Amino acid sequence: MSLFNVFNTAGSALNAETLRLNTTASNLANAESVNGDPSKVYRARHPVFQTMMDNSAASFDQEDAGVGVRVLGVVESTAPPLMRYQPDNPAANKDGYVFSSNVNSIEEMTNMISANRTFATSVEAINTARDLLLKTISMGH
Amino acid sequence: MFENIFGIHEQALQLHGQRVGILATNLANADTPNYKARDIDFSAVLSQSDAAPLPLNVTDGAHIVLNDSTAPSADLKYRNPYQASLDGNTVEMPVEQAAFAENNVRYQASLGFINSKIAELMLAINGQ
Repeated sequence: MSLFNVFNTAGSALNAETLRLNTTASNLANAESVNGDPSKVYRARHPVFQTMMDNSAASFDQEDAGVGVRVLGVVESTAPPLMRYQPDNPAANKDGYVFSSNVNSIEEMTNMISANRTFATSVEAINTARDLLLKTISMGH
Repeated sequence: MFENIFGIHEQALQLHGQRVGILATNLANADTPNYKARDIDFSAVLSQSDAAPLPLNVTDGAHIVLNDSTAPSADLKYRNPYQASLDGNTVEMPVEQAAFAENNVRYQASLGFINSKIAELMLAINGQ
């Protein structure tokens, strides 16, 4: 019964979106962090999603149609950190420069909204599947 | 008389149940790069199940009439996106949500038909 698979599928989406929200929170929290060494400064992190194929991806049977999503990994942004001249900053290097993280706050906010929407949609899918199952169980009453 | 009490609704219910799972998969993979949204071609599957295969010949009262209640096999097809996104994902959230809501209503409609048929039979059984 495919309706039960909805819980697994949507549940995996909830998990993945939660991790996405976590990285967004981490990025926003560290948006203003600075370091004198550009290689040690915080870099924006983003999860990469992948479809969870239980069986061979080629056979699209009804049974393995319900595939969820998983987090393949978390990649760090390769955008260069911002260099600022702040000689009075205790973290500044000997030339007086600090490097601030390459987090793009606007990008993070839109990412958060997107994760929020997908999370809400998955919850809605779970609720719908539950309603349908409960109605099916009480069939004939 | 009781070979096909619920008519098309039995198969329709199973098919709608499967479609909930497929659409939920699309919704879950809304942010997955290179994921291609899939769906069932509903009318094609139902018309295929409508054309029943050749019936088994029943020559004896003890023969069991084959009632193929398994869901008709549905070929999953890829959805044509209105506008493909750059990461290769073809899930369009409003489209999927609309399909999900529509499928939900259709599932409940099939369920309603089956329920009313059951109520009808119960009325006949009880005779009051």
